[in-house]
Amino acid sequence: MARKKKEMPELNGAGMSDISFLLLCFFLMTSSMDQSMGIHRVLPPIPPDDQEIINKVKGHNVLQVLVDGQDRLSVNARIMDLNDLKDEAKEFIKNEANDPTKSSKKEEDIPGVGIVQVSEAVISLQNVRSTSYEAYLRVQNELTKAYSELRDEAALEIFGRKFADLNETQRDAITKIYKQRISESPPKDTRKNKK
Amino acid sequence: MAKFTGKKAKQLAGFSTASMGDIVFILLFFFMVTTTMRESEVKVRTDVPKASEVAKLDRKDLTVYINIGPPIASEQARYGTDTRIQLNDSFKTIDDIRNFIAAFREGLDEKDRPYMTTALKIDKETKMGVVSDVKEELRRCQALKIMYNALKAE
Repeated sequence: MARKKKEMPELNGAGMSDISFLLLCFFLMTSSMDQSMGIHRVLPPIPPDDQEIINKVKGHNVLQVLVDGQDRLSVNARIMDLNDLKDEAKEFIKNEANDPTKSSKKEEDIPGVGIVQVSEAVISLQNVRSTSYEAYLRVQNELTKAYSELRDEAALEIFGRKFADLNETQRDAITKIYKQRISESPPKDTRKNKK
Repeated sequence: MAKFTGKKAKQLAGFSTASMGDIVFILLFFFMVTTTMRESEVKVRTDVPKASEVAKLDRKDLTVYINIGPPIASEQARYGTDTRIQLNDSFKTIDDIRNFIAAFREGLDEKDRPYMTTALKIDKETKMGVVSDVKEELRRCQALKIMYNALKAE
């Protein structure tokens, strides 16, 4: 009995694309493309109840940034345009001319870099309850930009590369030199009794 | 020349659709990789402001979302147009944040808990009063890492 050689039946691939189209549609419907991006911040922890916060920061080290109810910006009680805030903040933190009314510096030993002058500047950001969130975030953005530009400058000066291209230890060093110190106090007109 | 003027009826070459499935599969994988499942229905309008200094979230699974804004049009009949806080699928008040954060933290691995981030998706017209209250509450819950959601602007 001569057996006919059995052949594999050919698979029809036409339906496959339909199935994958269906899957594709399913994923298109159920998913969102939104990339969560934003400005990162770390809130200060709440101090223990019966402990007064002692204001250790000296007056000339603080840059007072206030956004009022009409979204107007004032820096150290001077009305300012949002576009000037970044440069003002940079100048205040860096203080190249060693202006005594601006932030002072202290020497610090940064691992990997050596002894550097580190600014003691603190930016105090204040707003009132009726400030709009958009204005507030724009100010936050400008302040972040000031810090990241300072870090870029320092990174170029010390390591010859931009901050984003540094490795982790170098990045840590630069972050120590320009530490983001933005302090926020609750709005002045906030309710106090809430617990 | 006879070669070119043959009387045979011209036939369209049938093209193979076998690779179409492959192409669609590639598309499918692309979408599977780049997207995330929509977790909850958004009930408030969160038109986030633009900012240039935005950074990406490192770990999405360690992120808890808080939406703040006016209710969307279809919910306004029931909830009005005042700024509301949405946690998960429903409108909540400031006082519910504590339990919400605690529940989320419970669900995380012990070693991941310090890295928990709270993403604040806040409509740009919101007044800072609400935002400050939420921030104060987060401080009380020890959820100190926060992110203000923003759109990337050039």
